[in-house]
Amino acid sequence: MTTAYDAPYEPWDSKRATEIISEHSGIEGATLVILHALQEAFGYVPEPAIPMVAEALNLSRAEVHGVFTFYHDFRKEPAGRHVLKLCRAEACQAAGGDALAAHAEARLGVAIGNTSADNRVTLEPIYCLGLCATAPSAMLDGRVVGRLDEKRLDALLAEAQR
Amino acid sequence: MSLRVFIPLDAGSVAVGADDVALALAQAAKAGNIAIDIVRTGSRGLYWLEPMVEVATSAGRIAFGPATPADVPSLLDAITGNGQHPLRLGIADEIPWLKRQTRLTFARCGITDPRSVEDYRAHGGYKGLERALTLSSDDILADVTASGLRGRGGAGFPTGIKWKTVAQAQADRKFIVCNADEGDSGTFADRMIMEGDPFVVIEGMTIAGITVGATKGYIYIRSEYPHAVIAMNAAIAAAKRAGYLGTKVGGSAHSFDLEVRVGAGAYVCGEETSLLESLEGRRGIVRAKPPLPAHKGLFGKPTVINNVLSFAAIPFILDNGAKAYADYGMGRSRGTMPIQLAGNIRYGGLFETAFGITLGELIDDIGGGTFTGRPVRAVQVGGPLGAYFPRALFDTPFDYEAFAAREGLIGHAGIVVFDDSVDMAKQARFAMEFCAVESCGKCTPCRIGSTRGVETIDKIRRDERVSENLTVVEDLCNTMKFGSLCALGGFTPYPVMSALKHFREDFGPAPARLQAAE
Repeated sequence: MTTAYDAPYEPWDSKRATEIISEHSGIEGATLVILHALQEAFGYVPEPAIPMVAEALNLSRAEVHGVFTFYHDFRKEPAGRHVLKLCRAEACQAAGGDALAAHAEARLGVAIGNTSADNRVTLEPIYCLGLCATAPSAMLDGRVVGRLDEKRLDALLAEAQR
Repeated sequence: MSLRVFIPLDAGSVAVGADDVALALAQAAKAGNIAIDIVRTGSRGLYWLEPMVEVATSAGRIAFGPATPADVPSLLDAITGNGQHPLRLGIADEIPWLKRQTRLTFARCGITDPRSVEDYRAHGGYKGLERALTLSSDDILADVTASGLRGRGGAGFPTGIKWKTVAQAQADRKFIVCNADEGDSGTFADRMIMEGDPFVVIEGMTIAGITVGATKGYIYIRSEYPHAVIAMNAAIAAAKRAGYLGTKVGGSAHSFDLEVRVGAGAYVCGEETSLLESLEGRRGIVRAKPPLPAHKGLFGKPTVINNVLSFAAIPFILDNGAKAYADYGMGRSRGTMPIQLAGNIRYGGLFETAFGITLGELIDDIGGGTFTGRPVRAVQVGGPLGAYFPRALFDTPFDYEAFAAREGLIGHAGIVVFDDSVDMAKQARFAMEFCAVESCGKCTPCRIGSTRGVETIDKIRRDERVSENLTVVEDLCNTMKFGSLCALGGFTPYPVMSALKHFREDFGPAPARLQAAE
């Protein structure tokens, strides 16, 4: 599956942002849809976009900022070149996920929730990918991986660090 | 005629290599000049056998698995030759784990092409809608009510009553909303059906629309499910092309349209009022009830909001009649439940069966115990807000009321199995921590209680005034249970209190804990 992560992101461009916003501003309850679209284009939601969204939807900046900060998905700065999400929820905990998370942290030299110093990998927790019968699971740039063990995780980490 | 081969595109199968197997098979067939037609289906839900490859024969589909790309050359020889192979599982429908099930909702999942309306119809799809179109709204409501179907999201509210309330409401617009924010760990049935048989969800929502007089529906899918988003969007487009969505649904006078909206990583949005806020483009802050969504839901209009599995159960009921569904089950839990076996389990997957099967049968007999081979110590039923049950409660039948009587809940029917290496104080802490991170912040018991809960359990784990702090945890749990606005704060006490009640030894002084772990 291809996701936004596979493609290089566009640099911030307010004209492009205006296009994206106007493409969706006509639908009901558009805020999340627009924030998703902006993040898909730029890799994050650049701060100058917030007042633009507010104006287009006739909302206050505070309202849009509030929505933006409520949801875990939206980034205020770009992620590393690759994003590795490790499932940290109960089914994966039961299948040895804690040890794998610690292993990934040690290998990358960062705690979960951070980006490696070389900016290559952002390591993030995710609370359930719905792959609970093939736990522990992970997602690398939108690609799902199940039955994770140390060997498979090492292969994923090597791929992410390339 | 070319050979028809079926390989799942279900995310759970893809995660263990289904795409690689499909690609290798296509390449090997091309190189060998063998005409094969690879159909990407949903998963049958036997995840320890994934990726499962099936080939159509005159005797039925023969299954092989779990396959890897390295197996492809010999698999190709087998399916073009005498069919013998070390990975051969026999006729798929005859695999005992599958044969024991009662698949009403998941009847087509893993069999049909989830992108083809024709295939859906060829396997009995849209018969429920066709019958519904010949009935009055009251007749459909009578069927749904008589089926005994209760909300499969976890709350178990009778679906017929919910629909009737919306049908009777007067408004210029009404909505149908499908809650596909399946955030509970250990659950994946919504994901599977959306990826494997999306039309059954669409058909169920369409029937809801014509019953209550709504012309627009939304499916709110969590962003952690990109495969399901793609599958639902493709199916909606196909249903529109085939005249099953849009104006004149199925040739009738009714209009109904569907739109997928994607969540953004907030667990609380699985709570229905929070989901509605999110759909409206706001923070997922829980609404106080009343008013009920059935009176004032999406954009303030009467709204039917149901879980994916509730909608997916509807076509069977309309097609086969309420009695055919209600004949399954026990007590007030009628019909079947798609149960999900997960975590540290040998035979994990989706097991749809009538209510009434015991927890022990599910874990030991069907699930085969743990994957690690160690003894089962605890199971969590119903996601992060569900109770942990010890082996002593394995005689509990799978039924809304039976679980409630034992201070548990079936929730969305996910079961996560833990072996004897689990530290239950750590799991109790995680429940509080998860609630603290995911709380929408509106009500104090949930917002503050969960944070205090983490701190207090940490003190217990450090052996600070253990018995006093245990009293504090119990007190906090009581406040959260009775004082929270929604199930997030209200149900977090279930895992915490059940861990305390059934696994008290894990909360004792450190030396005892260490001994127990050895």
